[in-house]
Amino acid sequence: MQHTISVLVENEFGVLARVASLFSGRGFNIDSLSVAPTNEEGLSRMTIVTRGDDNILEQITKQLNKLIDIIKVIDFTDGSAIERELALIKVSAEDESRAEVLRIVDIFRAKIIDVTPKSYTIEATGNPLKIDAILELLRPLGLKELVRTGSVAIGRGAKGWTG
Amino acid sequence: MKMNGARIMLECLKKEGVDTVFGYPGGTVINIYDELYNFKEIRHILPRHEQAGVHAADGYARATGKVGVAFATSGPGATNTVTGIATAYMDSIPLVIVTGQVPTALIGNDAFQEADIIGITRSCTKHNFLVRDVKDLATIMKKAFYIARSGRPGPVLVDLPKDVQIAQTEFIYPETIEIRGYKPNLIGHPKQVEKAVDLLLTSRKPVIYVGGGVVLGNAAEGLTSLARKLSIPVTTTLMGLGSFPENDSLSLGMLGMHGAYCANMAMTHSDMIIAVGARFDDRVTGKIATFAPHAKIIHIDVDPTSIKKNVRVDLPIVGDVKDVLTKMIKQADKNKEKVAEFKDALVGWHEDIAGWKSKHPISYKQSSTVIKPQFVIQKLRELSDDDAIIATDVGQHQMWTAQFFEFNKPRTLLSSGGLGTMGYGLPAALGAQVAFPQRQVITICGDGGVQMNIQEMATLVQNRLPVKIVILNNNFLGMVRQWQELFFDKRYSQTCMEMPIDFIKLAEAYGAKGFSTSKPSEVEKVIMQGFKEPGPVIMEFKIAREEKVLPMVPAGASLNEMVLNA
Ligand SMILES: Cc1ncc(C[n+]2csc(CCOP(=O)(O)OP(=O)(O)O)c2C)c(N)n1
Repeated sequence: MQHTISVLVENEFGVLARVASLFSGRGFNIDSLSVAPTNEEGLSRMTIVTRGDDNILEQITKQLNKLIDIIKVIDFTDGSAIERELALIKVSAEDESRAEVLRIVDIFRAKIIDVTPKSYTIEATGNPLKIDAILELLRPLGLKELVRTGSVAIGRGAKGWTG
Repeated sequence: MKMNGARIMLECLKKEGVDTVFGYPGGTVINIYDELYNFKEIRHILPRHEQAGVHAADGYARATGKVGVAFATSGPGATNTVTGIATAYMDSIPLVIVTGQVPTALIGNDAFQEADIIGITRSCTKHNFLVRDVKDLATIMKKAFYIARSGRPGPVLVDLPKDVQIAQTEFIYPETIEIRGYKPNLIGHPKQVEKAVDLLLTSRKPVIYVGGGVVLGNAAEGLTSLARKLSIPVTTTLMGLGSFPENDSLSLGMLGMHGAYCANMAMTHSDMIIAVGARFDDRVTGKIATFAPHAKIIHIDVDPTSIKKNVRVDLPIVGDVKDVLTKMIKQADKNKEKVAEFKDALVGWHEDIAGWKSKHPISYKQSSTVIKPQFVIQKLRELSDDDAIIATDVGQHQMWTAQFFEFNKPRTLLSSGGLGTMGYGLPAALGAQVAFPQRQVITICGDGGVQMNIQEMATLVQNRLPVKIVILNNNFLGMVRQWQELFFDKRYSQTCMEMPIDFIKLAEAYGAKGFSTSKPSEVEKVIMQGFKEPGPVIMEFKIAREEKVLPMVPAGASLNEMVLNA
């Protein structure tokens, strides 16, 4: 099963390499990983999307916790977090397909951020499933290029999650 | 007072109570060695290879319980330490390794003798640090020692660029440090302990299964009193040997691949396994699917990742094993009546175990014409001091030592269990002898592995370290040969050493003494001669060449499917 794990880390030299080598060294999967500084000085937050059964997930969270530079680890089980992803999508758009692309962009509340006579570049954000859905509709029209950020996740409710 | 980084590093060692360092100089640590020149508080031992330096620091750490310290220069010096570090990491041995690094401005430029040792050792250290600013050095050193020795111990590497060694700053050693992401959980949860004791007292066929964590956590005493109080049989892993006296009637000896029949049978038939500081390694469990099929498992370990990694666990307790065992004893004392009932009900279980013990004790066939390796080990036990420290290398001789040398005290066996590093024994013995100049230190090696760090003979002689080097010479890479015999139709591919070595001359070349025999009748004499020598000695025993380590659970088989004599 797919899990989204949020990890609060010291913004230390090499911390990303430590996390990445933990996953590769122990044969855990990474579907996506994103990392950037948080509002707290010296801390970064990683969102890692991974897969595995309960035992593997337990090992992943324990092993992450064991890394010295990692402060907190949360496995967001379904529903406890809001997830968003951003995608930049370059799609062919000529003649009659131009209108079709615009319609899809509109339905998904995405944005056109670059236009040429032969293409549109689209910015879409949303739950990763929503990104998958817009891609499915755009693919038959001719996807030229795709860049996704991977998920970021934040817990629901009033409470902030800090170091 | 202002000092340079090199001096600050040494002052930090002093603050941590370090009085011995094993290290090897070079261009990027020359400033450290210059400071060391007049630094009288630290004894520096110069091994002949950096790998051996780290093994020596490791042997020192295992024998004393203190943090072992090693230095090496950048590039090849640093990469030479890697096997030593990985060995310590797999067995959770506290070390601090300081490596020189090229100046910060050159890092990443493929400078002369640059190696990314931080990257290289990331997965075989508990943690590592690159010091970029001399102002951080003291704090990093303090963190390094704290991380190395606390929680589940392990090696920590500090990479110190040359310019940081030269840069000056005020030396202030922090009183305390705070590492947000590192708070080892040492206190066993009292409710869990209570539940564990309740659960334990419902069992009728309990076994305590002990790993190296009990030795590392200085919990042998607590373990022994709990086992005796509840009359529960105890089996240990290779790393756990010495944590429970093997001459106690409750001892089952070692379990696992080359473990005792009674130990493996007890595990297989047990209804309650209390695992203490052990990690259910595949050499111990055999085939996981059929491991201890009837047992509930209580698992006590300071490292939460060890729990439920390989086997299901019914009741986990995360905490320092000493703390947890002490609490368990107290809890048992509160339930005197239940404990008495429990012990009464164990009679049948003890009978089962006595049956297994007498059915297939660890044994071998003596010979009057060739030396049996097991006989040498028994004689060594008989003739050595009670508190002798034994360092083994890796291979058949290691298993024979585990089987036939009775270990009754913690920290008397130094052996590379997790990584199984050939070449470990001699330098580890060296480190232990540095720590305990007055105690008998013996290393038991094969003729293969002893040659992997044989150059340390020079270090022994130079430093007057009277390590007794026992070589069980079968002229084979014996353990691999055994597998080839059993599982590859005796196709002895590259395991016969062909060319015999004159170990007596070799000893003499280093200025040590050498004795050798191939006669069973001379074993005792050679051992006595060797022990009497005031200096380091090689004692070579030319043994039965194709003797096997038995019993054996073939890789992938269940614990109760032992090959008893093949
Ligand atoms: C550094 C290293 N290389 C290879 C091995 C694989 N290995 C394990 S035991 C063994 C044979 C050891 O032979 P020897 O030292 O003569 O001891 P014996 O088994 O004969 O007692 C080998 C090659 C190892 N454990 N370590």
